[in-house]
Amino acid sequence: MEKTPVLRLRGLTKTFGPITAADAIDLTLHQGEVLALLGENGAGKTTLMNMLFGHYTPDGGTVEVSDFTGGMITLPAGQPQAAIDAGIGMVHQHFTLAENLSVMDNIMLGSEPLFALKRDRKAARDKLRKLMEDTGLHVPVDARIGTLSVGERQRVEILKALFRDTRILVLDEPTAVLTPQEADGLFIALREIVARGLSIVFISHKLREVLAFSDHIAVLRHGQKVGELPTSEADRKAIARLMVGAENATPQRAAVSVGAPILGFQNITVKTGNARTSLNDLSFMLHAGEILGIAGVSGNGQSAFAQLLSGLITPDSGTLSLQGVAQENPTPKSMIDSGVGRIPEDRHHDGVISTMSVAENMVLERLDDPEIQQRGFLNKTAMAENAKRLSADYDVRGPGITARATLLSGGNIQKLILARVLDRDPKLILANQPTRGLDFGAAAEVNRRLFAARSNGAAVVLISEDLDEILQLSDRIMVMHDGTLTETDSRDRAEIGLIMAGQTS
Amino acid sequence: MDILQIFLNESFWTASLRIATPLIFGVMGALLCERAGVLNLGIEGIFAAGAMAGWLAVYLGAPLWLGVGAAALAGAFFGLLHAILTVPLGLSQHVSGLGITMLATSSAYFLYRTALPDVTSPPRITAFQPLDTPLLSDIPFIGPILFEQTALTWLAFLCVGLVWWMLDRTPLGVALKAVGDNPDAVNAQGLSVYRLRFAAVIIGSSLMALGGAFLTMSAFDAFFFGMVNGRGWVCIALVIFASWRPGRALFGAILFGMFDALQVRLQTEAGAIIPSQIFLMTPYVLSIIALVLVARRADYPRALLQPWFKGQR
Repeated sequence: MEKTPVLRLRGLTKTFGPITAADAIDLTLHQGEVLALLGENGAGKTTLMNMLFGHYTPDGGTVEVSDFTGGMITLPAGQPQAAIDAGIGMVHQHFTLAENLSVMDNIMLGSEPLFALKRDRKAARDKLRKLMEDTGLHVPVDARIGTLSVGERQRVEILKALFRDTRILVLDEPTAVLTPQEADGLFIALREIVARGLSIVFISHKLREVLAFSDHIAVLRHGQKVGELPTSEADRKAIARLMVGAENATPQRAAVSVGAPILGFQNITVKTGNARTSLNDLSFMLHAGEILGIAGVSGNGQSAFAQLLSGLITPDSGTLSLQGVAQENPTPKSMIDSGVGRIPEDRHHDGVISTMSVAENMVLERLDDPEIQQRGFLNKTAMAENAKRLSADYDVRGPGITARATLLSGGNIQKLILARVLDRDPKLILANQPTRGLDFGAAAEVNRRLFAARSNGAAVVLISEDLDEILQLSDRIMVMHDGTLTETDSRDRAEIGLIMAGQTS
Repeated sequence: MDILQIFLNESFWTASLRIATPLIFGVMGALLCERAGVLNLGIEGIFAAGAMAGWLAVYLGAPLWLGVGAAALAGAFFGLLHAILTVPLGLSQHVSGLGITMLATSSAYFLYRTALPDVTSPPRITAFQPLDTPLLSDIPFIGPILFEQTALTWLAFLCVGLVWWMLDRTPLGVALKAVGDNPDAVNAQGLSVYRLRFAAVIIGSSLMALGGAFLTMSAFDAFFFGMVNGRGWVCIALVIFASWRPGRALFGAILFGMFDALQVRLQTEAGAIIPSQIFLMTPYVLSIIALVLVARRADYPRALLQPWFKGQR
């Protein structure tokens, strides 16, 4: 069968300051095809799609879409409305939902003329119901977005895009927040829609889902298209090499013997006012030299768990002990002093103070250290030396140690946090989503550091939504669901996925 | 003493609504701006500008409703200025708003002095007169309270209805609430964040100016310095008190009007014993208390004060 192109990008280019985020990229999408755009974070995938959708005005190049007679028309640059009218729908990586409006309102937003005296909610509701039935994606239509789970919001995003009679759907990292089962369900639903003639551009850095779901793969690196091939001819290794550029060794785990008990949970309960995010009677013991992977979909108690280990909240009942010492009324400071190193989930928000310098951020947890501060005055020389040493040791790259932390890239901010935390030789490391959003090289570096800390006798608690990461790093795996932890010896994705969904065998 | 009698007297309720009217305009205007994500602290000055423009137009011979139009236009002008500074340019909404207040207030006084250099006592105009609605005005108690107000009070009530209808029932309202909550959502659906915010700030500022116009064209019949007297700031507080809902905003404005009407009457009742300043203070103290009780639970528009730039990473 002759394939008809529905979308053609020609020489799209976009620069942000000195960085060329997309460099003369050509792409063609055919009718009923799933085109995967594969690349690391920062490779230019999202930039490219934002140009396609009119969020960014390209510095060069054009977007052409098939009109309804078979010819191609060029979209005006920088106009989302034009893209929507041409039948392009986009599901953004970061949700574009108004939280204080209902699902219905969010989906209807922009779909009717603004200056109408009333809204036709009934017709829209019928259309949405049909759409939900056709796709198998179901959401409570009258609920406020703020009350929905992340998975539900994701479905709203997709329904919102499809609601506007979409012919071309762009999905930007759609599975980042889903369980493996939810992700599989999503792909099945999308396959169904593709069979009805929809074409999909699918952005991902997860090789596994790209191979499973796409028909055609385009690989981006540093803003350039470095390869394009049908999925049936794709070779896992070759593609990985294309993505990363050079062969980049995955860090290997060394054999480490398990040492003394470090972290003890004894019947710990934390009530957050919401059953899903509370912690419910947790008991376990973690030893030196162990990495404990906590798998699970976010919003199942991970935040409370992380806050507890950070000393931000105290358990309502039960005992938390560090190296055999029970912690009464833990505070962030007492936890740091007891040897806890914290790598927070939201590194930009909780990990650094973005308007302060790199050097200042590197001493945030040791302001009472006489080397840094005497009689209330900071020792700037010592701070600068500290920052220089850590920047070199941990390869923190940026405009320099006096530059504000906000000028650093995500990977370098994470290295800054690693440097601050690991330099203190913590006994227990809380790594909360430590590689989320990092490119392959930076993520491998984080993993290497965690392995090194483990070899030095630290215990590590790794909270991650990325099951592959959990499987690769952990000595022990527990799954968090509805505030409870289930330890499993299984290393099987499907089996762990079932526990994540709450189906204990 | 006879506090009960105060409440039973229809003149108390008539006064409450009269005092509430400029606040209703102001609070609707502020609510529109803030629902779209823009705090408009220019309100205090826009009141003065509206008061001046409306009064001057009528003083120079224009019909009353043309004066109302002139006031709205003056408000729209300062709204446009605030919108230019805060929406595409993304400047601090606090700083821009306070600047607008100073600029608009001073411009109003300057215009007054320039137009009437030699006048010592403010000249009066023939202002809106209380309506006398046949039949309805004759209803005991309710009749005089509701139906002997001026046309501007009625316009204020109409505005509340319109704003509520717009926000709750029209596609425009959904878009406006969305742009104040998450501009990315609006942009992703192909609507213009800038246009929506411009429209909200300009129309909201026009409403604020009508509140000022009421002062010169219905309440005092003249323009004088310091006549706005913090009414704009009260509106800013009332919007929070109302959790950005038009119905509650109307309630809050009337409540404040009642406090104010009450304190005047209490002064005459007990002025000999308690210093009058205490009574002058009561509406403000009570609004602070009401605000403290309500604002802790307030559901802020999440994008309030947040500038949004097209195509920013």
